[in-house]
Amino acid sequence: MAKQKNKPQEELNFLGKKIISKIEKKENPYLEIPIRSLSNISYDKKSKTLKLGGNISKRFFFNVAHSKKFLQTIEVASICKNLLEEGKHASLRDVFYMAKRTIPNTKINLVDDQTETDKSLEDLELVTEFSREQLHVNANKMGSVVGKVKVIDKGDKINWAKLGSGGWSIPSNVEEIKFEEVKANFVIYMEKQAIWERLHEDKVWEKLNCILVTSQGQTTRGIRRLLQRLYEEYKLPIYVLTDFDSWGHYIYSVIKYGSISLAHMSEKMAIPGVKYLGITSKDIEKYGLNKHLIKLNDKDKARLKQIANYEWFKDNKAWQKEFTAMKQLGAKAEIQALSARGISFISQKYLPEKIKNKEFLD
Amino acid sequence: MKEEVPIAEKLAKDQRAISISEFFLKNKHLLGFDNTRKALLTTIKEAIDNSLDACEEARILPEIIVKVKDLGIDRFEVIVEDNGPGIIKQQIPNIFGKLLYGSKFHRLRCSRGQQGIGISAAAMYGQLTTGKPILITSKISKNKPSYYYELHIDTKRNEPQIINEQVVDWEKEHGTKIKITLEAKYQKGKQGIDEYLKQTAIVNPHLNLIYMNPEKQKLEFPRATKELPKEPKEIKPHPYGIELGILIKMLQDTKASTLQSFLQNDFCRVSAKVAKEICEKAGLYEKSRPSRIAKQEAENLFKAIKEVKIIAPPTDCVTPIEEELILKGLKKEIEAEFYAATTRPPSVYRGYPFIIEAGLAYGGSINKEDLIKVLRFANRVPLQYQQSACAITKSILSTAWRNYGLSQSKGALPVGPIVLIVHMASVWVPFTSESKEAIAHYPEVVKEIKLALQEVGRKLGIYIRKHIRANEQREKASLFENYIPELAYSLSNLTGEKKEKIEQDLIIILKKGIPELEENGKAEE
Repeated sequence: MAKQKNKPQEELNFLGKKIISKIEKKENPYLEIPIRSLSNISYDKKSKTLKLGGNISKRFFFNVAHSKKFLQTIEVASICKNLLEEGKHASLRDVFYMAKRTIPNTKINLVDDQTETDKSLEDLELVTEFSREQLHVNANKMGSVVGKVKVIDKGDKINWAKLGSGGWSIPSNVEEIKFEEVKANFVIYMEKQAIWERLHEDKVWEKLNCILVTSQGQTTRGIRRLLQRLYEEYKLPIYVLTDFDSWGHYIYSVIKYGSISLAHMSEKMAIPGVKYLGITSKDIEKYGLNKHLIKLNDKDKARLKQIANYEWFKDNKAWQKEFTAMKQLGAKAEIQALSARGISFISQKYLPEKIKNKEFLD
Repeated sequence: MKEEVPIAEKLAKDQRAISISEFFLKNKHLLGFDNTRKALLTTIKEAIDNSLDACEEARILPEIIVKVKDLGIDRFEVIVEDNGPGIIKQQIPNIFGKLLYGSKFHRLRCSRGQQGIGISAAAMYGQLTTGKPILITSKISKNKPSYYYELHIDTKRNEPQIINEQVVDWEKEHGTKIKITLEAKYQKGKQGIDEYLKQTAIVNPHLNLIYMNPEKQKLEFPRATKELPKEPKEIKPHPYGIELGILIKMLQDTKASTLQSFLQNDFCRVSAKVAKEICEKAGLYEKSRPSRIAKQEAENLFKAIKEVKIIAPPTDCVTPIEEELILKGLKKEIEAEFYAATTRPPSVYRGYPFIIEAGLAYGGSINKEDLIKVLRFANRVPLQYQQSACAITKSILSTAWRNYGLSQSKGALPVGPIVLIVHMASVWVPFTSESKEAIAHYPEVVKEIKLALQEVGRKLGIYIRKHIRANEQREKASLFENYIPELAYSLSNLTGEKKEKIEQDLIIILKKGIPELEENGKAEE
């Protein structure tokens, strides 16, 4: 988001004016939207992040295939304009309900599903070059954090270490958060809430002097931005703890290199220094997880093949070794498989040993 | 000891000539009188077939009046009146009072009736079920008197029995009117008489038909053309189509004095050279007397015919309805939005020339969700029974209607708002049985039917696709029309510009035409 010359309101207004001028000239109005798919993504070896290419698609109003999306994008832009004017913030879900209505004389809803408004917002980010948060739309709070850190959020002093079993829930926008005190050596991010609860109960953050971060499922932007700030502002190493499967590997890939659908946000979100702390093929052997593997299904196999072919993994020998191992095993492994060795095996043995021996994948 | 009577003599006492009425009653299903409902249909059908054939032969535009009256207790009175050439006085008793009397059985030409069993069988059925005679009035010209007959059939001897005979006054210039009282049942629907008359009107657009049904409603089927069907030419049999029994009979009956002249004169397409070749192959002397040919020799002759190459029979003797008149017939009886028809060139099966025609009506008043409605015809006569046994049905089922924009489950008729008609015209239609309700599956016939179906199918496909495109265009336009106020509203909110102005401009763009807009939309994508 390099360009910040105009205010978001002005940028939205400019977008609308451009379309109106086409309509006045009696031309088929269109939006120019950069293509967000693998075909238009390149891996920048220098910055080690994913970059969006220059391919642009035109979205026409008078085209049956485009018309509804065009309308949705303009409608969402008009919603953002209202939010900015009123100085209010809305969630992604709110935006969906603000846009949802039945078009008169038809049985067609302007939007049927939240993914449609979500996509429109991503398109607007690209068109206006302002982030979703700058357009006053926030994601849902979905993550927890614990560790010896004190922050100030909207004037409230918060100590992450003193919030009980639930920890601090990470807001969707962490730009305004001020760090007061950070006493930790590194950060462990895990995809699974259950593992975070296990490690929290075993006081791993205290024993290993680290920060534990989790989200439910997909890593939200707020969490990615928080990790990035801890990495950049406090130079804390970030370790990603996931399953030994393609979905876990992609979570790591997104945090490290950026995501394909949000490649335009890479600069703000990617953390090229993160390391993979999850289950590896070596762990399976070392900790005897062979009996606890899950067979790959066709979808797993297809995803594995896709990921192994990503440009940013292609020349990475260590990772290619993992992919080959998974293919040969024909199976994946969950972190919870470690529980077979004892409920606290992960916090007492697995993590301390791996971190001590620096058994990371990069 | 008492002398025993030999068993054969005992048996001989029980053996006697079967009366024609017994034969009729035992075989009435073969003649179309299986049940009371079908009896009504067959009676009307036989009478109309006769009227139409007679009119066409005499080159008269047919006007037929059909009246069916419900007399109660399952009794009906059928009156069929035509403006045909009439029948001469001496012939009337034989035609209506004697079974198997007629001119059609002995010749090969396109006509509706083929066996000459029809109308007298109906008269007999009426007599057997109600005891009432058949009443006939006929007049052959303005200057001649009209004759009125009441006839019974002597069921033992198969001879007409004149109950009453008189000269009457009749305002018609010429024509014939018959009245038969019979046990019957009136039912509407696919196999009823109303449907039969409607279908007859479709394939006989030159016919003017007035029908009073048992519910006393008067239905009119007006004429759509003054053009009479081409007069069918009679042809001699083609050697390939002959059966052994018939060959033997022909050898006995011929007027020719030598085998060669028999072959040349009594068959079509047999030249002196071909006749000699047949005789040679059969090992028979070409100068032998046909009546002297023994059974074994006849068999050799029969085999030899199949081995000799003989050119196909002439086809100008087959009279199709013709594409244009099929369209007229369909248009006058079925309200639809699209019509197509085709007439195939003549073809030959087993030595018999034939022509297949097909036509269809699409959309309009026809139900969209049902299977298509199939109307089958042979020499312009509707075939209303045994649909599944018919070569026409088989051909429709094995045609890929999906190619023409219709949906079709495997082994079923396609679905769509369609009335499909298929007509086979031939000097000898190959029916699967005597009741003449289904066409036999000769490969040549099936092939021609399929080609005809494909031709009308293609025409339909073009129409449906165009129709769908036009519909899509309309839908697109209405889609944009509905989106425009929404877009104008959002843009107006986004920029503060006037909503009405944006809306007006967008409508102007839409009016420029969507295809053009989409074209430039795609080009820049």
